[in-house]
Amino acid sequence: MLSPRRTLAMARKEWIQLRRDPRSMVLAFGMPVLMLVFFGYAISWDITDIPIAVLDQDRTARSRHLIDAFEASGYFTVVSRPERASDIDDALVHGRVTGALTIPPGFTRDLAAGRPAAIQLLLDGSDANTATVALNYSSAIAAGYSRDVLLQGRSIEAPATAETRVWYNPTLESSNMIVPGLIAVVMSIIAAMLTALTIAREWERGTMEQLAATPVHRLEVVFGKLLPYLGIGMFDVATTVLAGVLIFGVPLRGSILLLAAMTLLFLLGALGLGMAISAVLKSQVLATQVAMVATYLPALLLSGFLFDIASMPAALRAVSYIVPAKYYIAVTRGVFLKGVGIDVLWIQGISMVAFATVGIALATAAFRKRIEA
Amino acid sequence: MSAVSVQGLSRSFAGTVAVDSLTFDVERGQLFGIVGPDGAGKTTTLRMLAGVLPPTAGDAVLLGVSVAREPERVKPHIAYMSQRFGLYQDLTVRENILFYADLYDVPRGELPARMERLYRFSRLGDFEDRLAGRLSGGMKQKLSLSCALIHQPAVLLLDEPTFGVDPISRRDLWLILHQMVADGMTVIVTTSYMDEAERCDVVAMLHEGRLLGLDSPRVIQDHIEGSLFAVRGPDPRALRDLLRHTSGVRHATLFGDVVHAVTGTDITAVSLERMLIDGGASVDDVTSARPSLEDAFIEFVHAPS
Repeated sequence: MLSPRRTLAMARKEWIQLRRDPRSMVLAFGMPVLMLVFFGYAISWDITDIPIAVLDQDRTARSRHLIDAFEASGYFTVVSRPERASDIDDALVHGRVTGALTIPPGFTRDLAAGRPAAIQLLLDGSDANTATVALNYSSAIAAGYSRDVLLQGRSIEAPATAETRVWYNPTLESSNMIVPGLIAVVMSIIAAMLTALTIAREWERGTMEQLAATPVHRLEVVFGKLLPYLGIGMFDVATTVLAGVLIFGVPLRGSILLLAAMTLLFLLGALGLGMAISAVLKSQVLATQVAMVATYLPALLLSGFLFDIASMPAALRAVSYIVPAKYYIAVTRGVFLKGVGIDVLWIQGISMVAFATVGIALATAAFRKRIEA
Repeated sequence: MSAVSVQGLSRSFAGTVAVDSLTFDVERGQLFGIVGPDGAGKTTTLRMLAGVLPPTAGDAVLLGVSVAREPERVKPHIAYMSQRFGLYQDLTVRENILFYADLYDVPRGELPARMERLYRFSRLGDFEDRLAGRLSGGMKQKLSLSCALIHQPAVLLLDEPTFGVDPISRRDLWLILHQMVADGMTVIVTTSYMDEAERCDVVAMLHEGRLLGLDSPRVIQDHIEGSLFAVRGPDPRALRDLLRHTSGVRHATLFGDVVHAVTGTDITAVSLERMLIDGGASVDDVTSARPSLEDAFIEFVHAPS
């Protein structure tokens, strides 16, 4: 029933138009890597070099040793050493420092006497995320320091310690987690944006009326228009994966073939969704905006990319089940970091097949060879 | 069997009737004109015949297939050229033609000969690598016609193909149409130019969605009841206004610097001239005239159905 000749004619026509439109070319080929690099650098949960002020009222070798421990950790950088406690307030209020460490007089004396010695760390809680991380780091540094003090000059074994080991992302680098997810988010947006223009453009330019009068089948139009964008989408994923590996040093441990197959299905769904939006709205501007909102927000917020789905309210958790990016992110992270295969990702595989089917079905259902004024 | 058989074809948009139960037949090899002013329903009618707009009532049978029930089965055998330029401006002349050849499954072996013939007709051969968007208005229309003809349709539907086209290209377009009709193609063309309507074998006159008259242009012109006079004078506008208030004159219309007056049969050229002079007008002469299609159209519009 479907004619390969007509489908290819649609594809060729679409490709020629795309090639002659510089804006579409930039969107198709430039945007994904640009977005990946941009977001990749902008979004980072790795917190290092937290600026702190240090008020050392003890001024002994031991207090300096503790300050060294903070600086040596790499998480803190001492940017000022005020003379008075009142200066600390000022530095915190003006945001010159995120934290302030105060070592009270008598710190060394208490330690020597075997009494608990208190130090104070003030943190700027207006950035809760950074404050929490800083708190954890400083507790760990203080604990390490205490152990050293306890063990000094003795030959006994250290008390029981937990040997923790983090798998898949041993250094807990956030780029390892962000980049694979980001590829999924970026492609969700780009794919829908690419096709959001195609059918609306034909309605706006008056070419659809002519096309509708030909014997071309709706599916031939949908598939023909999908083909070039599918090729572009695959190319975009390939380049963003390459950029992730080369620029951000993210390890690619799993099967590239599996990633490609899953990507193909995901793109079919996302491209189909964009085309359906385009066919319904028949306006390029409107379709682009709706495609943006319909893909960008869920992909960013409800996919588990930025925020943990498990800790969301039940309603949002339920919605997240129909966000395709959620499954695709599981695929990219799984293949990139864990090197897992279809035996683990089969649920995602089924979701991708379902998404592709729904996307194409929606596009075909939304597109009519009819003029309804 | 007629090539096109229209039965009670109607279309309304949100309660407004655009086309009101049209019924007519178009024979094979006929050049059929649909004439009428803007808003008469010409485009709506043609869109329904082309299968891109479903009728709200009635049907049209093209080449034995109902367009209301099976629009997709009609489309391979017809061609439709929309009023607005509907080709891809960012594709070249050649790319546009090849695209449509593919959509209509034109046998590849025949393609070079067909393109050669179309290029000869349209004189677009020298511009085949030019983007369609960079063609002049006349050449764009010739390209649209070429794309419509590449699959050699049995029925060709053209919506105001010469609208806004220079006189030379207009003549070219009509030469092509006459050639196609001579080859046996059935052509339905809408126009608001009466001189073009006069070239058609049969004309359907459309006004406010209704069919006012349907016949050959000659018969329609002769259909005018009463007499038609051409009145000339130094102030044609004043003459027209005076004629409109003269008893026995049904209506008066300005054609350039001549006023056409349709009267009852009891009035002669001499009696009309006298009435005008008695009315205080200066008249150069009054002659009996042959009604044009336009006169007939106006007569039809004014006639109390």
